[in-house]
Amino acid sequence: MSSFRFAVNVAPKPGILDPQGRAVEGSLGHLGVEGVSAVRVGRRVELTVEAADETAAQQVVERLAGELFSNPLIEAFDIERLDGADGADGADGDGAGQ
Amino acid sequence: MTRIGVVVFPGSNCDRDTLAGLELAGAEAVPLWHEQGSLDGCAAVVLPGGFAYGDYLRAGVIARFSPVMRSVSAFAAEGGLVLGICNGFQVLAEAGLVPGALLRNRGLRFLGRDVRIVAERLDTPFTSLVGSRRTLQMPIAHGEGCYFADDATLDQLERDGQVLFRYVHADGTQAGVEGDPANPNGSLRAIAGVLNARGNVAGLMPHPERAADRLLGSDDGLPILRSLVAAASRAEQGTAAGAATSQQVALTAASR
Repeated sequence: MSSFRFAVNVAPKPGILDPQGRAVEGSLGHLGVEGVSAVRVGRRVELTVEAADETAAQQVVERLAGELFSNPLIEAFDIERLDGADGADGADGDGAGQ
Repeated sequence: MTRIGVVVFPGSNCDRDTLAGLELAGAEAVPLWHEQGSLDGCAAVVLPGGFAYGDYLRAGVIARFSPVMRSVSAFAAEGGLVLGICNGFQVLAEAGLVPGALLRNRGLRFLGRDVRIVAERLDTPFTSLVGSRRTLQMPIAHGEGCYFADDATLDQLERDGQVLFRYVHADGTQAGVEGDPANPNGSLRAIAGVLNARGNVAGLMPHPERAADRLLGSDDGLPILRSLVAAASRAEQGTAAGAATSQQVALTAASR
């Protein structure tokens, strides 16, 4: 068994009302920032999976992402493989994801 | 007396009010702990309001995977009566036991105040004693009550009579969607409560148990609880055919 560290990024699906994103966007004027639009706020879950190989680990993460971390009616997710499998924060990974 | 269970999750905070409301409505109301697998022979189950598991991740999602919810899902699949109120509605939606999802309120704020709703169906186990399409006043208390489903699903719900409650103005006309205080959270098509396709599982955001006695400012919620108790009593009679007590017969007669 080996350890594999992943991140799951969850965001509202396109077209789904995102009041948080709208509120953040509304605050940008107070910062004197212009030209920013389509702000969407989601969440990120990082986790370490013990599995025989990376494919098996990936399958576990996909199941969790689809059943628990996101609600498929309103949210979409993508999975990133993070560098460093020791449970430490894997910084930003390489963005290769799946 | 018909026994109705009220599930208690860590973070439920309307369980006692719901137990009291069900007793006012004529039931023997019992708490069901979230870690138990058995429903203790209850003829109906209510998922109460609160913040189950702190609403972490998404309101209702962690509660969905609790042991008691496996039993509730199996009970619902057999036609058992299940009502979710507020956070309980969120749990049912996350579990896929009722259609749709509940998003953060359009105005972003947690809202605790009275609203007006109407029952769009008067022939369900949850509304049979409401009597008419009259305006019902009861409180809401939620931050994530904006009902959402895609257009095709909304059309199907309307066509199949699965829209159970809607937010309305004082005169009973349907509330708007955006910028209308009568629709407190911006729910699509002003939907405050829905039924599953089979008609035995319902969820609503307003709190009938907080409007179950005049002392609370309104008893408009009581007919909803009484409808559930009467329907549960009928269901019990169905499973114990011939063993009905005279009291149950009277309740059944009263509900027609």
